[in-house]
Amino acid sequence: MAYTRRTPSRQPRVIIVGNPNSGKSSIFNDITGEFQEVSNYPGVTVERAVGFFQTDGIKIRVEDLPGIYSLTPYTDEERIAREEILSSDVDLIINVVDTSNLERSLYLTTQIVELGKPFIIVLNMSDLAEKRGIHLNYERLSCILNVPVIKTVGNRGEGIKELEQAILMCLNEQQKFIPNRTTYGHEVDNVVDSLSDLLTSQLPEDEKGKSRWYAVKLLEKDPQTLDELKNKVTIFTYLEKEIEKQINEIEQHENEDSSVVIALRRYGFISGALRECVSYTGGLKQNITEKIDNIVCNRIIGPLILVGVIGLMFFVVLKTTQEWEWIPFTTGWVSPVGLFEEIFELTALLFSFLEKDYPALHSLITDGVIGGVGAVLSFIPLIFILFLLISWLEDTGYIARIAFIMDRLMRIFGLQGRSVLALIISGGIGAGGCAVPGILATRTFQERKDKIITMLVVPFMSCGAKLPVYALLIAAFFQHNRTFIMLTLWVISWIVALISAFILSRFVIRGEQIPFVLELPPYHIPVFRSVLRHAWGKTWLYIRKAGTLILAVNIIMWALIYIPLPFYNNTQTSERNSVEHSVAGIIGKAIEPVTKYVGFDWKINIALIGGMAAKEVIVGTLGTVYNMEIVDDEQSSLSTVISNDKDWYPLRALTLMIFVMLYAPCVATLVTMWSETGTIRFPLFSLFFSTTAAFVVSLIVFHIGHLLSFGT
Amino acid sequence: MEKRKQLCNMKNLCEAKRLSELEEGTRAHIIGIRGGPPIYRQRMLDLGLTPGTIIKVSREAPLGDPIEIELRGYSLALRKKDAWHILVEPLPDNPE
Repeated sequence: MAYTRRTPSRQPRVIIVGNPNSGKSSIFNDITGEFQEVSNYPGVTVERAVGFFQTDGIKIRVEDLPGIYSLTPYTDEERIAREEILSSDVDLIINVVDTSNLERSLYLTTQIVELGKPFIIVLNMSDLAEKRGIHLNYERLSCILNVPVIKTVGNRGEGIKELEQAILMCLNEQQKFIPNRTTYGHEVDNVVDSLSDLLTSQLPEDEKGKSRWYAVKLLEKDPQTLDELKNKVTIFTYLEKEIEKQINEIEQHENEDSSVVIALRRYGFISGALRECVSYTGGLKQNITEKIDNIVCNRIIGPLILVGVIGLMFFVVLKTTQEWEWIPFTTGWVSPVGLFEEIFELTALLFSFLEKDYPALHSLITDGVIGGVGAVLSFIPLIFILFLLISWLEDTGYIARIAFIMDRLMRIFGLQGRSVLALIISGGIGAGGCAVPGILATRTFQERKDKIITMLVVPFMSCGAKLPVYALLIAAFFQHNRTFIMLTLWVISWIVALISAFILSRFVIRGEQIPFVLELPPYHIPVFRSVLRHAWGKTWLYIRKAGTLILAVNIIMWALIYIPLPFYNNTQTSERNSVEHSVAGIIGKAIEPVTKYVGFDWKINIALIGGMAAKEVIVGTLGTVYNMEIVDDEQSSLSTVISNDKDWYPLRALTLMIFVMLYAPCVATLVTMWSETGTIRFPLFSLFFSTTAAFVVSLIVFHIGHLLSFGT
Repeated sequence: MEKRKQLCNMKNLCEAKRLSELEEGTRAHIIGIRGGPPIYRQRMLDLGLTPGTIIKVSREAPLGDPIEIELRGYSLALRKKDAWHILVEPLPDNPE
C-alpha cells in the first residue's frame, strides 16, 4: 500500500503507543471503528494499522504503533515505533497505559514526555486495577505530568467518548498541553540541560524540540542516537567528546553505568509520582492468580492440565462443527460444516439449467467456482470456533502460561514457548486451523530468529484445507482405522516440524541472541465482545483468501485441466484423454519419473500441482481427473472410484496423505510469509524446504511400507 | 560518602548470588547486571530490573526453566541462562 508521509490537505495525525498487552488495539478499534487499513511497514515484519475518525467535521488520522517496552531500538517493532514517534508531523501522541501495571507501563511514558509533544495518557483496564485494589487519583497524575489523563476500559468501550473529546481539545490548543519533563535528580538534570542546550544551538529548526530527548538518549549510551546526529550536527567531534566527559562525570559520581543511572532515575521519577496519586487497598485478584498458577504451573498437574485443555479444544471444535448434527435444515439435521456444504450444493444446482447448452460454462461455475470456493468456505464454522476458543484462552492469560510451560521443551528444537500458539493455530491440535493466522501469531515474538523458524515450520501442521484430502482417502482405504490414521498423521506432522526447526536453528537461520522475556498477566475473565472481534478478524483472513486467491487459482486450474491443448484436440476426443493432454496433464506426466518413487502417477501429480496454490483444490482436481463431478455430495463416490481403481492401494493413499500434509505451503501462506518477513527469500526457501521434506518423508514411508508389505 | 558506597558494593558482591540460582519463593534485591551483551542489559533495565529493585522468584516452569519472577507489581518469565547475568542479594525470609 502506498504510504505518503504528508498528505496534501494536512489531516491531523495521532499515534497510539504503549506496552504489549496494554490494550492499545482495543482503544484503537474503539476510536476508529470500521475505518481501518492494515498493511506492513515497508521492509519489515511490523504491521501498520491506520484508521480514521471524524468529529466536528475534521477527519483525524490515527495510527496504532506496535507494542513496545522502551524506545531503545533493538527489535523491528521498537525501531518502527521510535521512527514514527520521532517523525515531526505527529500532532498528538496517545500513550495507552495498563493501569493494573502502572510502574512498568509509565517507564515508556517517561521517555515520550522528553519529546515535548502534545500528549494524552489513557489509563486502560482501569476496572482491573480497581479490582486489584489500586486506586488512582487521576487529577493528581494529570497535574504532575501536565497532560490530560483519561480513564478507559477498552474492551468494553468505556471512556472512549471522553478520549475523543480530549483528542479534539489537544489538537485545537496544542501549546497548552506540553507535558512536564522527567526529572533525573539534580546532577543528572544539569548534565541533561547543558547537553540539551548544546544540541538546541546545533539542530535544524524542526528538530529543536527534541534536543532534550536526544540528550537523555546519549547519556543512556544509545548507539543509534549518535548515528542519527552525525548528519545533523556540524560540531560532531566536539559533541562526542562532550558526551564522553559528561558520562564519565555521572559514572564517577554515581558509581554506576550511566545507562543504569538513567533507568534508575526514570523509575525513581515514576515511584515519586505514584506515591502522590496512588493508594492501595488489599486486592483479591493477585491472590487468585497466584493460586491458579500454583495449580496450572505445577510440576505434575500443570502439563496434565495443558494436555487436557488442548484435548478438550480438539474435541469441542470437531464435535460441534463437524460431527454433531444440531442445525435443522431442509434435508434434516446437519452439522455447521454440513450446512455450508448443503448450501453450496444447492447453489450449484441453481446453475444446472446451463448443463445442456453450455457445458463448458456449467463446468466452470460448478467445478471451478462453487466446487473450490465452497470447499474452503464450508470450513468457516470450524475455523471460527477454533479461533474463538484460542482467542478466549489468550484473553484469560492461559496462553502465556502454555508458553511458560512449553518453553524449555521447545527450546531443544530451536523454537520457544510462544511457538506453541502459532503451531496450534496452524492446525497443531489436528482439528484444522490455518497457517496464515499461525504466521501472524509470530508477531508477538521479539526474537527474529525464533520468529522465522516458527514461520517456516507452521505449514507442516494439518490445516483445515488438508482435512478433505484425509477424509477422501480414509473413506477409500482406512474406514476402520480412521482414528489410528489421524493420530499417525498428527504425530508425523509434529515430528517433522520439530526436527525441521532443529535443523534450521542449528544450520540455516542465523540470528542475534535476544533475551527471552514473557509477561505473565494476571488471569481475568475475557470480555466476549473482544474475543469475538479477535476470532472474527482471524476468520476473515481465511475467508478473504478463499474469496480471492483460491477463486482465481481454481479458475486457472480448471482451465488448465478442462481445456486441452489445440495440438491434441483433433486427434483425441474422449474427455479422459483431454485431461491427459491438457497443460496440467502434460506437466503431471513430465514429473512422473520423479514422483513414481513415492508411488504417484500423473493424475495425482495434477492434483498436487493444483494443491501448491491451495490445498483446498486437491480433492476437486482429483475428481475432475477421475472424470467425476465434484459436487461435494459425491465425494464419497470419488472415494469408491479410487478404492476400486487398480492403481490405488492403502500404502499409496497413506503416502499421499503424508505428502499433502507436508509439501509446499499454499500461496496465501507464502504471501503472508513474504509480507511478514519483508523478503521473498524466506517464502522461496520454505517452498523448497517443505517440498523436499515431504518428498523425503514420503519416500521413507513408501519404501518401508513396501519392505514390510504394509498395505501394498 | 564515596568510600562508604564502594564498601557497601563490595559487601553486596560477597553475598551476591545469581538470580538463576535462587530457590522458588525467595525474595531478593537486585545488585546489578554483570556481563551479557549491551542489548541484554538495556532490555532488563527497561523491564524494571534496576539495582535496588526487590524481586521474588515465584516459581520454576515444570521443566525447571524458565523462572517466573515478580517485580514492580507484575510477573515476568526469564530463562535461567539470561537470569544468570543478574546479581542479587537474597533477603531474609520475612512475611509481607
